[in-house]
Amino acid sequence: MSTDIRKISLDGLWHNNPGLVQLLGLCPLLAVSNTAINALGLGLATTLVLIGSNATVSAIRHIVRPELRIPVFVLVIASFVTIIEYLTKAFFYDLFTILGIFLPLITTNCAIIARAEAFASKNNVFHSLIDGLMMGLGFAAVLLLLGALREIIGQGTLFADAHLMFGENARWLTITFIEDYRGFLLAILPPGAFLGLGFIIAGKNYIDKQQKRKAAQQIYAIEGSTQTST
Amino acid sequence: MAIKQTKGKLSNDHDLTQYPMKLAQHMITTAVILAGFAIAGTGLVAFTYKATQGKIAEAERDALLRSLHSVVKPEKHDNQLFADLKLVTSPRLLGSEKPMPAFRARKNGEPVAVILTAIAPDGYNGDIKLLIGINYDGTLSGVRVLTHRETPGLGDDIEMRRSDWILGFNGHSMENPSHKQWKVKRDGGYFDQFTGATITPRAVVKAVHNALQYYAQHKDELFQ
Repeated sequence: MSTDIRKISLDGLWHNNPGLVQLLGLCPLLAVSNTAINALGLGLATTLVLIGSNATVSAIRHIVRPELRIPVFVLVIASFVTIIEYLTKAFFYDLFTILGIFLPLITTNCAIIARAEAFASKNNVFHSLIDGLMMGLGFAAVLLLLGALREIIGQGTLFADAHLMFGENARWLTITFIEDYRGFLLAILPPGAFLGLGFIIAGKNYIDKQQKRKAAQQIYAIEGSTQTST
Repeated sequence: MAIKQTKGKLSNDHDLTQYPMKLAQHMITTAVILAGFAIAGTGLVAFTYKATQGKIAEAERDALLRSLHSVVKPEKHDNQLFADLKLVTSPRLLGSEKPMPAFRARKNGEPVAVILTAIAPDGYNGDIKLLIGINYDGTLSGVRVLTHRETPGLGDDIEMRRSDWILGFNGHSMENPSHKQWKVKRDGGYFDQFTGATITPRAVVKAVHNALQYYAQHKDELFQ
């Protein structure tokens, strides 16, 4: 049981990360990652939708016939997105105005329907919930990282407008790295998103490769030691 | 898993076409299940809508009031701004074919200022929506940008959180500077532009000037 959870979590956060490996949901990923707070807002909203849709799809997986599954999945996802949209509008109105069209567009994030189809429709509710949470967090983490990178390079700040999300008390969260920085336009404009994501993916692949090499070396070392001992 | 799905008792279309009764039955149950989900989904959305409606209206009103108060200070009036509005249409001077709200500020029933919503249609990247507060005597009490899609880092200096350029309008009026001077410096006018961006400030200056002209022509109507 716990190994399952470990595997699901690692898949969502790293090995099969929706943003870095599956490359799903790129449209919101690239569009809303211009500041860390925007990225965090959309990442959390997507995570909530993923948890809800995965759990629901899993719970109804025995009722829904194969030919009905796509329309029903879309219906479930759209309902959750609309609910989250209302909630954001009611409680985080300023954030809602910034996220704008990308909040309803979560419906079309293929990462969500992909998880419903590939995981939730075949696994129990608990595992689907964990999968939704981890995939969501994996996506949110990439969004946040890209958002933070673009914000620091583009505007010289981090967590600007934090009060939009956490209320007036959170203004101290904003870090200004370079005073009176006129900004680096490329990072804020769409090309910055593509470049940034490219670098992050390259970084992930590099880490993976290093680890593989290390693992291979270890096996080699163990084999070598066993050979000498025999 | 894929195999399991195609093995489903009723999903094998090939067999079904030979039994019209079964096919009909299958179609009906499928439709009923889908309808059931549609009703459940819509019900849930409707419930959330009902539950958040009041809060959303409140949040919208707060946000509107906050922006209105940024152009006409709260202590200058004692009426409810968002309740005292009039829809006005002027494609030429307010930049939109659609009726635009004009909010009236009054104190003890006397007109104090009007807040016009106007669109500068000739921004670098489409419409710039403005809130223009004009005192009863025709001087500007404040201008703010509501929405825009200007280039970040260049054109967005019209935003209050980026620079205080927009405050430069305060206190000016139709006659101050003169009609000819209601332009950016680059065009031989009075108002500053930003380095690297002339089109955006030019559009805003023009829209503010137009709004002042609208006010001059419709002053009495506006407060009725």
